Amino acid sequence: MMEPMAIPPFERFYESHAGEVLGYLTRLLGRETAEDAWQETFLRALRGYPQLRHGRHLRAWVFTIATRIALDERRRARPRAGELPDLPVTDGAPAYAELAPYADDLPQTERAAVVLRYGYDLDYAQIGDALGSSAQAARQAASSGVRRLRRIHVDSR
Amino acid sequence: MSIPAELDRGFREAAVTEGLLDAAYDLVETPLGTVLVAATDRGLCRLSYAADVDALAAALGPRVLRVPAQLDEARRQLDEYFAGERRDFELPIDLRAAPFQRHVLQELARVPFGELATYGELARRIGNPRAARAVGGALNRNPIPIVFPCHRVVGASGALVGYAGGLDRKRALLALEGVL
Repeated sequence: MMEPMAIPPFERFYESHAGEVLGYLTRLLGRETAEDAWQETFLRALRGYPQLRHGRHLRAWVFTIATRIALDERRRARPRAGELPDLPVTDGAPAYAELAPYADDLPQTERAAVVLRYGYDLDYAQIGDALGSSAQAARQAASSGVRRLRRIHVDSR
Repeated sequence: MSIPAELDRGFREAAVTEGLLDAAYDLVETPLGTVLVAATDRGLCRLSYAADVDALAAALGPRVLRVPAQLDEARRQLDEYFAGERRDFELPIDLRAAPFQRHVLQELARVPFGELATYGELARRIGNPRAARAVGGALNRNPIPIVFPCHRVVGASGALVGYAGGLDRKRALLALEGVL
């Protein structure tokens, strides 16, 4: 029988993931809003910490919390103009990983799925949890997101 | 991405304010090396010569976070003690101890700076004169050394006998207090 992975002290969990979660939320929300969402993410994680039954998948867990907060925030916010990043000029089709940073152009669910998959390497089951849907829906959101990015940034050049 | 210092500190302090921690801790430099000090909202609960956050979490719960501001007063008083400017600690304490150990430690706290007691005397003072060995065991597991001064307890012949933090530290503390 596999030993349950012990839950690390919260300090260590925080040190391990604080930076990348801030980076992720900054991509989804922009710097100003990301900081409040980041603090809320880790306070929620702290509240939920005693209920964890094991220490596996803590990274996916905290990304799930962050994604839910970000999606709630996006539903409240108005879109802001002038935030599209400059695109590199390349010949040939960019790899999927290069498209992820330009996910600002996507609707919120596709954006979260693309960034989580290609920026943070979560699997579709984990992304499904983060989005509050299924692995299949996550896979579809990520593929539509990539197709849309190709249409906007590659095929139109 | 690295976390800006203000943001990091703001989170740590919010965790305390919202009452979400099992304990806040900090690492304090002393002449005896780095010590880990931890506190709940009721007071100082642990002082350890090993900076072992896993052991802290095992004893108090997984929600432990380094929040230096929560240990400012403890740090200040420890600095004063080691500088020879303080003889007694005045800190709120959250003593996590079973009844026998609590009784021993409360009696121990009455041994003044610069004085000694023997294990046997301490046993007598708690009303259990044959419990010198059990007293020794309780002192060995003292969760808040230095503040609860188990370094002031010696054998009947005056031999130092033992100290969980090592005899070098016991000697250093007694030298600081002018006993050695």
